[in-house]
Amino acid sequence: MDLITEFVAELRQYGIPVSLGESIDAHEALISELIDDRELLKEALAATLIKNEAHREAFESLFNIYFGVNVERGDAEDSEDTNKHEGEDSLLAGNTVSKSAKLSGGSSGSLSQEEVIEMLFNALVNGDKDRLNQLAKLAVSMFASIEPGRPVGGVYYLYRTLRNIDIEALQAKLKNALLKQRDKNTDENLNERFASDEATLRTEKLKKLIEDEIRQRLIEDRGKQAMAKTLKKPLLEDIDIMRASRQEMFDLQQAIVPLSRKLASRLANRRRHLRQGRLNWPATIRKSMALGGSLAEPIFKKPKISKPDIILLADLSGSVASFARFTLQLVYALSSQFTKIRSFAFIDGIDEITSYFNLTTDPMKSFYKINTEADIMWLDGHSDYGHALTEFVKKWPEAVTPKSSVLILGDARSNYHNPHSDILKQLSKKSKHVYWLNPEPKAYWDSGDSIVKEYAPFCDEVLEVRTLKQLELFVNKLD
Amino acid sequence: METNFVFNSPDDVQASLEKVDYISSKTITTAVFLADRLKKPVLIEGPAGTGKTELAKSVAASSGSRLIRLQCYEGLDEAKALYEWNYKKQLLRIQAQNLVTDADNETWKQLEEDIFSEEFLLTRPLLEAIMSAEQTVLLIDEVDRIEIETEALLLEILSDFQVSIPELGTLQAKRIPLVFLTSNNSRELSEALKRRCLFLHIDYPDMNREKNIIKRRVPEIEAALLEQIGEFVRSIRQMDLKKKPSVSESIDWAKTLITLGIHTLDTEVANDTISVLLKYQSDIDTAIKELAVNS
Repeated sequence: MDLITEFVAELRQYGIPVSLGESIDAHEALISELIDDRELLKEALAATLIKNEAHREAFESLFNIYFGVNVERGDAEDSEDTNKHEGEDSLLAGNTVSKSAKLSGGSSGSLSQEEVIEMLFNALVNGDKDRLNQLAKLAVSMFASIEPGRPVGGVYYLYRTLRNIDIEALQAKLKNALLKQRDKNTDENLNERFASDEATLRTEKLKKLIEDEIRQRLIEDRGKQAMAKTLKKPLLEDIDIMRASRQEMFDLQQAIVPLSRKLASRLANRRRHLRQGRLNWPATIRKSMALGGSLAEPIFKKPKISKPDIILLADLSGSVASFARFTLQLVYALSSQFTKIRSFAFIDGIDEITSYFNLTTDPMKSFYKINTEADIMWLDGHSDYGHALTEFVKKWPEAVTPKSSVLILGDARSNYHNPHSDILKQLSKKSKHVYWLNPEPKAYWDSGDSIVKEYAPFCDEVLEVRTLKQLELFVNKLD
Repeated sequence: METNFVFNSPDDVQASLEKVDYISSKTITTAVFLADRLKKPVLIEGPAGTGKTELAKSVAASSGSRLIRLQCYEGLDEAKALYEWNYKKQLLRIQAQNLVTDADNETWKQLEEDIFSEEFLLTRPLLEAIMSAEQTVLLIDEVDRIEIETEALLLEILSDFQVSIPELGTLQAKRIPLVFLTSNNSRELSEALKRRCLFLHIDYPDMNREKNIIKRRVPEIEAALLEQIGEFVRSIRQMDLKKKPSVSESIDWAKTLITLGIHTLDTEVANDTISVLLKYQSDIDTAIKELAVNS
């Protein structure tokens, strides 16, 4: 198997769809002898293989594994290797470091930590790329203490290196240095801001260099495929919302706006094309005039577009809050597609939260307000689905109409309280649809205090919704 | 079908584009170069105002090709995109025939062949691009606006550069056009379409490319002000905004500052003119608030 085919196979492993045709395109692109440097190779592969910008990040990290970070590191490994080490060695003041020693690292060099930090700082201030590259290698040699064969991810070593060079202090120092270089005549405030932007950018670049270096050493140690496996991150659409890290959650939030735009236009389109209205006689006859009176083309009246009416009941207790927030946000982003949305949050008490979303454009602020102001706690702040449902029909008996679709977001873990499933039965009779979106894996349902089976008979469907993809599928179904 | 290449190398693409004041990046030049070599369409995505449509126009201008543009909209159909029979002319032709002879079987057949010939064909942009004898650049703008079913119209052209007309047969491209499709990503395009295209995502430019672009478009700008504009726009783009300023907006802003006779930027000037960069009141509020805080 050639390298490109192997690379394509790895992309598919990641869940990025690459068709045979696209793989052929990639090969064809590389036939041209004009694709001669690494950047061009990367862009050529990206243009032929990656058809969705969201997959670009995964592509980049795999590309770095398969095609090396530096060109020298790739093909001409041996001849260039000596050169590369020479630079490093001169930094180490003649201290020769063998490859294995380099991998195991340790601060064996004659340079002290302070000296390395000082050198890094100077290189950052001058924006000297080659020097930074060398120093990044040196820093990894000295501080990462990479242990050969140990199956930990690169993040661990990265963290260790960054801590040793005290990256935050370095950034602050860099900012001040950059600020001093700047023209005193310009606005102080802006100067400050621009210097800080530049400092952040440069330190980010340094971080990347260090990351690249660590990855490269790990590949030398463990081989490509093993590395690709450890680096494997789920694609955004497959991330489990309940287990998302802070960064992933942030990325997910960012994805909501474009996703909702797409869903909205799809929903609108489908409603428009769903069914044609009745024949419009006058228009049909008018049209036939142009064709000498033959009724060639029937014209139909536009169908009446009916938009669903949504009632959201969201469990905001600790266990599922992140999921509920996320879903609420998506539904609100889609609000143009529904005639009416009313949302209610509950833990063991229940309160209407519709108005919180109209106040501000920042969803995080809305959630903060909901948590502090809304009256969703009744007794002890542990989920009680039965009580919440009872309160709901008592306080807002008019909310659910035959036109509404009721969405319940929660894990149905009611802490062994009375489920009051008869109330859900009433709701289901009164409404058009009842859907239950459960962020827990299906296998956990009905274990412990989960009472999915009590409620399931009265729902149109109980769905496992843990990822963006599943949520998207569900919203598509709504009408 | 003639196949000859418009560009010699990726560097050639970059140089030619620069001649017509389009500052490209490596991603862009590679995609354009491959489009020319592999004879494949390029699907361009990215935020509004980053030069997607401009790229197609510049490629046409730099290579001296004819630009044929199909603006997509909801409800676009075959008759507007591909071809249409000129039925009025056909009717006239039939009536003229009737005046001269009695229509028997033989002449009807002749007539039928006659009225379904190229003479009675109204070419629309897609067919036009195929039939053109000179090198063309076909721009299919905002392809995400057509319905997913209508996309199928494009598939034959995009993969085989041909159009099938039932009455005439299949028309092959005389010269393969360079095809660019732009999308604002308002919906997911079909897999079939994406598979046939090379993909190019044009994002906001980095600071140096942006400064180069502004310099090209507003040549009279002073170096110090240009530097500040670059840094300021970069800073603004990092804020959490509904709509980040696009390149065309930073060009407008540069022009505004020059018109106002400003030589150096300060917070006050920035606050006063920020409405050129940002188009939502909430974004303007956010930016002004953030600018006031000393970072």
